[in-house]
Amino acid sequence: VTKRLLLTALFVAFACAPFVGFGVPWLFSSEISSPGTLQVLAIALVYAGFAISYDIIFGFTGLLSFGHALPIALGAYGTNLIMIHAGLPYPVAVVLSLAAAVVISAVLGAIALRTTGVAFAMVTLAFAEAFAILILSDPLRVFGGEEGLGLASDQVPDLFRGVVNTRNLFWLALLFCGLTYLVARRVVSSRAGRVWEAIRENEGRVHMVGLEPFRFKLASFVIASGLASLGGSVYLLLVRGANTSIASATFTLALLVMVVLGGPGRLWGAALGGFVYAILNLRLSSLANSEAVAGLPDWIEGPLSEPLFILGVLFVLMMLFAPGGIASITDRFRRREDTPS
Amino acid sequence: MSSLILNTASGLGLAGLYFLLASGLSLIFGLMNVLNLAHGAFFAIGGYAGWLVMDRLDGVPLGLRFVIAVLAAASAGAAVAVAVERGLIKKLYGLHVEQILLTIGLGTALVALLGGWFSYDPRLMNQPPWFGQTTDFMGANIPNNRLLVLAVAVLALVGLLSFLRRTRHGLIIRAGVENPGMVRALGVDVDRSFTIVFAIGGMLAGMGGSLATVYFNGISPGLGTSQLIFAFIVVVIGGLGSVTGTAFAATVVALTQVYVNNYVGTGLGSISVVVLLAVVLLVRPQGLLGKRVV
Repeated sequence: VTKRLLLTALFVAFACAPFVGFGVPWLFSSEISSPGTLQVLAIALVYAGFAISYDIIFGFTGLLSFGHALPIALGAYGTNLIMIHAGLPYPVAVVLSLAAAVVISAVLGAIALRTTGVAFAMVTLAFAEAFAILILSDPLRVFGGEEGLGLASDQVPDLFRGVVNTRNLFWLALLFCGLTYLVARRVVSSRAGRVWEAIRENEGRVHMVGLEPFRFKLASFVIASGLASLGGSVYLLLVRGANTSIASATFTLALLVMVVLGGPGRLWGAALGGFVYAILNLRLSSLANSEAVAGLPDWIEGPLSEPLFILGVLFVLMMLFAPGGIASITDRFRRREDTPS
Repeated sequence: MSSLILNTASGLGLAGLYFLLASGLSLIFGLMNVLNLAHGAFFAIGGYAGWLVMDRLDGVPLGLRFVIAVLAAASAGAAVAVAVERGLIKKLYGLHVEQILLTIGLGTALVALLGGWFSYDPRLMNQPPWFGQTTDFMGANIPNNRLLVLAVAVLALVGLLSFLRRTRHGLIIRAGVENPGMVRALGVDVDRSFTIVFAIGGMLAGMGGSLATVYFNGISPGLGTSQLIFAFIVVVIGGLGSVTGTAFAATVVALTQVYVNNYVGTGLGSISVVVLLAVVLLVRPQGLLGKRVV
């Protein structure tokens, strides 16, 4: 109950962010209510939602999917393409692209789930990469190739247009993140969710008690993909276009890093991981311009100006020393309180 | 006809690159159950090692310099791979998912490190003039660099197979792929084989990187990562842990890709390869020549 209260308070605190007139030293130079900072926060919230959706597959069902970028890209590209070619308004396009993403991930999931473990990882990676190559090389001339696909802003409600309305976009991102959390919470604590955790722990036993793991795994895969696709539609508005970076294998691996960073199998941990990852990724590049780094020799300065280098090293260190993620650190405290010494 | 020969030569060259990258992945996975996502970074490190030699070693004639470059690339790949295995992977033996995650972080960091040092712009390489010329084969002008890549890959395949089949280390590795628990129970130091396999994988990937610089006429930090996807497909189709399966699958995948790109439509080649993967998985989930992975 305290957790629910805490999370509600957090949600309300975030919702008030557009009215906060001061900045945070080191992180945000301008006040939080400025469009630039709100944009950063909104992206971080969408990342948190992505991480939550990925945690359903990876953290709860124990499936190592390397293709979670695919539904995200389907959401972003699908929504945009429907708006451009069918001229439908944004909300309709979101729903249609969600339906498409659900159908596609059900088909691909059914094929990929014929394999298990690492082979499953490789197959999902291959599917996602095929789509990434499809939009990058663009043989059908619809995806805009390397430049991506600029937002069809005519179909977007006025509410979400222009820099003045950044705060509305921020609220939309917050809504997406909150909604994803609630849906994820609901499904992982349902009966199916219990079976997912049983599959993660010991798939053979689930089979033994007479349940068919395949159906449950597919359900987990499809639900997570649907949520990811919604996130893709929101991301489309935030960055004003669908670009190839969210379809790449690198982005899937980044999702994995986010979830593991926060703590897999724990929804708030995943959300925290996604949020922290996004902030670090967007803010670490400013570290390179700081005086402390500029004084260093070239061969150190170069890599330090790469956010991914720092994140990668951090991640390796974390795997070695704190494999449970940020969430496990609080566990450690709790365990100390619980165990009478 | 001549275009068919030309495409076949290109495809076989590409197959060589895939084999060099995928055989290490397949062996490492077969023996240790580690999916090494840093393998693409080893490939890129080899590429830059070769590039540095070609760029900096001014006094040496280009042909000899290239031989040195390939050797340097192979040693750089092997050295980094051994360091990674001894320093990091070893600490997480038995934890397969954690090992995969570790190699993801490592791959990301290494590629960004290369990006920080050499920038993300592709670097062109000094090449012996012969590489840019063509050889006439049954009326088709085949670029020599295709032949070079293919020749080195075939040599690597023969070398690897004879190492696995004729030496004691090879015997232990083959037995380890078959049944690691039993090998350990017989009192054999499997951990040392792990290091050897990583060294071989890194060496082949490094060589592949330097040859890819010739094949694609340039090197950038992300080169290995983009090729790694196809190497995964090759490994799955070929069957995890099987070297001959990998060689066969590399040929099938590369030829499919090149033929479809040239005769059906540009950009469709890579997608057709994924379709091929889906078909193989539906018919034979353990890969063409693989043992059944439980």
